[in-house]
Parts: sequence; structure tokens; C-alpha cells
Amino acid sequence: MKAPKPVNTAFGLLAEFRHPGDLIKAAKAVRKAGYTKWDTYSPFPVHGMDDAMGLKPSKLGWIVLGHGMVGLTGALSLLIWTSSIAYPINISGKPFANIPSYIPVVFELTVLLSAFGAVFGMFFLNNMPKHHNKLFNSERFKKVTDDGFFIAIEAEDDLYHETKTAQLLQEAGAVHIEPISAE
Amino acid sequence: MSQSTTYVPEPALVKGNHTFGSITALIADISEKPAPTWWYIAFGAANLLLGLLLVLIGYLVYEGTGIWGITNPVGWGWAIINFVWWVGIGHAGTLISAILFLFRQGWRTAINRFAEAMTIFAVICALVFPGIHIGRIWVAYWMFPIPNSMQMWPNFNSPLLWDVFAVSTYFTVSLLFWFVGLVPDFATLRDRVKSKLAAKIYGVLALGWTGGNRQWQNYEKSYMILAGLATPLVLSVHTIVSFDFAVSIIPGWHTTIFPPYFVAGAIFSGFAMVMTLMLIARKLYGLKDIMTDDHVEKMNLIILVTGNMVGFAYIMEFFIAWYSGVTYEKAAFINRAMGPYAWAYWTMFLCNVISPQFFWSKKMRRNIKVSFILSIVVNIGMWFERFVITVTSLAQDFLPSSWGYYSPTWVDIGTYIGTFGLFFTFFLLFLRFMPMVAIAEIKMVMPQADPHHYDEKHG
Repeated sequence: MKAPKPVNTAFGLLAEFRHPGDLIKAAKAVRKAGYTKWDTYSPFPVHGMDDAMGLKPSKLGWIVLGHGMVGLTGALSLLIWTSSIAYPINISGKPFANIPSYIPVVFELTVLLSAFGAVFGMFFLNNMPKHHNKLFNSERFKKVTDDGFFIAIEAEDDLYHETKTAQLLQEAGAVHIEPISAE
Repeated sequence: MSQSTTYVPEPALVKGNHTFGSITALIADISEKPAPTWWYIAFGAANLLLGLLLVLIGYLVYEGTGIWGITNPVGWGWAIINFVWWVGIGHAGTLISAILFLFRQGWRTAINRFAEAMTIFAVICALVFPGIHIGRIWVAYWMFPIPNSMQMWPNFNSPLLWDVFAVSTYFTVSLLFWFVGLVPDFATLRDRVKSKLAAKIYGVLALGWTGGNRQWQNYEKSYMILAGLATPLVLSVHTIVSFDFAVSIIPGWHTTIFPPYFVAGAIFSGFAMVMTLMLIARKLYGLKDIMTDDHVEKMNLIILVTGNMVGFAYIMEFFIAWYSGVTYEKAAFINRAMGPYAWAYWTMFLCNVISPQFFWSKKMRRNIKVSFILSIVVNIGMWFERFVITVTSLAQDFLPSSWGYYSPTWVDIGTYIGTFGLFFTFFLLFLRFMPMVAIAEIKMVMPQADPHHYDEKHG
């Protein structure tokens, strides 16, 4: 185990763990220590990690609901406006605002807008696209999309201390700890 | 009470002794290594067919729809048949990615990625037909509510217009769903590929994915919501496709059984198509550890179930035609089974109702050759189903004096074959450049992914 080299302009500390079991135990320890600006990184979502990290439920549902409502009211207004205000045409004597036969299009547009909300809302919450990330400065971090399990604690965190944080991570079972430069 | 139950562990979803790393390598290497020779041959053949499609579309735009076999009384021919057939095939991808996800069917992870790819390319092939069958392609924008110089708006009471919205929404949502699933896997390729250019391209597509749990949390939520949205969407799409027929008053079309019957048929043909593609892909790319015989068996079960639903619908249609007491309805169905198109009707019946019955036997369900052949037979049958529905009802409707017999021209046939070129061009590019199995998702269903797997030695 190498001791982390002191770097003045550090982004934070990156600690690697052996497997999801260790990662979740370490996450509990880091959370207990009171850190706030940190995250666990894994090739796939680890079951139970949200609770271990103490994350609040995702806000995405509300974004999708908002988009869905816009889709619903927007589609209804479009259909009613075009066929009964903008250019009313008598089709087989049906009412101009023929709501029952609008259901399919209104449904489709509600789903379409909700899906936009679900995808682009997720990108927004996840800070994507953001093509450069300080974590990518670490060569080892490339394993995160293969079989690497990491915890990174950012230097911005109030509790962050080069040696004490490293010690915490080491006690939590890290197999490798390295500082990440901010350049 | 005595203990009369035993714990039967589920068979492992991933066979062989794989680690996370070997799974990544197994799938990602396909995109990293040079393409095998067969790929170039297949891609060349697909390109030729795509060229044929483009030439025939050009001919159609120049000459008009008179070059097709459609005429009075059959004004809807191969274009609508092929449209419904391709859209139906697409439905299996959404079923696998969305509905099986909501039902927590872990085995879907092996096949969902390329089933979704199949959906997208099948829907592209489908969209070609309504795009070109209107004859005057340059006014295709009339289908959309776009302000224009005539101050006219689309007729929102028409099922054909519902179809425009249903299929284009379906395409967009499927594409987004597919892309969301691909983001973590693009990141995997970004971190692995040697070539700088490839790393850049995959990097752009990965949108800066880090695999942080704060990202995974929103990601999983997004995935679940999309699955929840795609489920009613996929059911609505083929329902609306069936409305194209059912809302008219033609005997044989004007039936309430159409929506569920069309949806079941779509899933049936789509699973057959996934089966065909999966059996080829797993052989050529050596993915038998991921797409196991258990997967083949499970898919064959779905083919059996949906095949029987379709068979039930055929028989029920006949019964209702008789039970309704409507002369025209009765005549339409007797003509289907015994009229000039009886050959098509019985081909359909044989392929769709009789052939899946083999799958009652476990041995047949797990037999790769049988599965492969039957998957193709089913898709032939499903094409004939749409042919029977579309053509027989139009060829012989109310007035015997206006009856006719429809035959396609070489352009019809060429255009249909050409869409295979379009489909396989896209599909081969997908196999070559994208991770064809959802790498992140397949790791999730491995026992090592469970944090409790490490608690103690599992006995």
C-alpha cells in the first residue's frame, strides 16, 4: 500500500475496493464519518447502495410528471384549437372538438413528452453531457466501467483531510488509494 | 407439520466461470477487434439490397404508385402488409426491454440490447412504407400539424393519422430507451478501445458517464420510468395499427377483436425474429455463455403462448362471423378459408397455429435447429396473416360484380426484399460498432453483483 503523495491542487482521493460487498461497507463508513461530497463508483448499480450512502430518492419522477402534464394539455389544446377554432371542418357530422377520437393522439404525445422528461431530466440531474471529469485523470479509474469499485471523496468536502481521509478509506478496506490531481 | 418443500435454486443466467472482467472482454472485444470476413460479405450483400430499395423508391417517386400491383378493388397491397409486418416485429424488442423488465425477468438482459436494436431498425423499415405509399412524397408533411399556406390541419379523427403519431412516438421513445441503456456501455468502450478516434467517438456518446452511484440512482429511475411508459405505448401502437382496419366498415376488418389479436401477433412474430437473429449472433460471436439454451427455451415458451393466442383469435373471428348473423361477414370468412386466397389462409394457419405446437415438448423447445427453422416459419406465417387480412377483405367485399384478384408486381416484391437490405445494413453496423449485449446489465444478474454474496461462503 502506497501512502498518498501530497498534492496541493488535489481534486480528491480515489480509493479502490475489491468487490461490491466491500464497497457497500466502506460507503456506510464514509457516510458515518459525515462526508457529503463523495460518491461510490461501480460498473453497475449496486443493490442497496442508495441506502448505504443515505441518498434521498431521485427527483426524476417529478420532472417526468411535469413533462407528461405539458404533453397532455399541449396535445389537447393543439387538437381542439386546430379542429374547432383555427379551421373547423365538418367531418361526418361529428363535433368539432371530438374528444373521444382525440384520445390516441393525446395519449401518444403525453407519452412522448414524458419520455423526453425521463431521458433529458436524467441527463440534467446527472450533469450530462459533461465530457471531462477530474476523475478521468486517474488511469486506474478506467476500470470503473469494467470491474473496478471505487469511492472518491472530493477535496471540497469540509471534513476532507489528506491523511485522515486516506486513513478512513484504508480502514474501510480500500486496496489502493491515490490522490486525483485537479488539472 | 413435516417439511415437504425444498429450495430449488434458479439456474444461473450466465453460464461458464465468468468474472466481471471476462464478461466485459467477451462483449466489448467484438467491437474492438477487426470485423470477421463473413461480416464484410454480409454487409456487402445487405448494401446491394439497400441499393435495390433506393432505386425502386426512386422509380416509385418518378412514376407513381401505378407500378405496384394495387388497383381497384384492392387499393392496399404489399405496402401496408409490409408496414404492419415490420412494426409487429419491432414490438418484441420493446416487450423484452420494458415489459420483462417490469416483471423482473433477469434473463432479458442477455437479449434486450439487440432486441431493442432490432425494434429500431424494424420500425425504420416499417416507416418507409407509409412514407412512400402516399404517392406524392413531397407533400408527406401534410401528415403533421405544421402550419402551411393552405391553413389546413390534419384530421385528428382519422385512425391513419393516429398511426402517424403512434409509430413516430414509438420510434422516438424506443430510440431514447435504447440510447439510455447504451450510455454506460459506451463508457466501457470509451475506457477500453486503443484507437484515439474511437475513444473520442465513444466518449462523446457516453456523455461523460462515470458510474457514480449518484448517477446510477437517477439512471435506474429513468430506466424504470421509460419501461413504464414504453409498456402502454407498445400496446397502443399495434392497437392503433389495428384501428386502421377495425374502424373501417369492410367485412372481415370491422371487428373488436383486432387490437388484442394484433398485439399478440406482433409479439409472436417479434419473438420469432429475435430468435432468428439471436441464434445466428450467438453462433457467430461465440456468446453461448450469455445467450444460453435456457434463453431459447423461455423464448419458445412465449412463442407458444402468443401463437396459441393468435390461433384462438383466428378461430374466434370465424365463430363471431357466424354468430353475428351478418351475411357479408360470414361470406368474407368463408371466402378467406375457401375462396381464391385459400392458399394464403392455410399457409398462415399452418405456420402460425400448427407449427408452434411443437414447442409443447421440452426437447423441441431446447432444440436449436428446430427453434431456428420454426422462428422463420412463424415470420412467414405472420406476413401471410397481414396479407390475408388486407387483401381478402378488399378483393371480395359487398358487391360480387366489383370483386377482383390482386397480384403484386416485381416492384412490390423488390421493395419488400429491399427493406431487408435496409434492416441488415443497420443491424450489421450495430453488431460491428456497438456492444450487442448490455454489459452493465448482464453483470447485475451475476451472483457476484450481490453485495451479500461476500458475506459468508455460500453453501
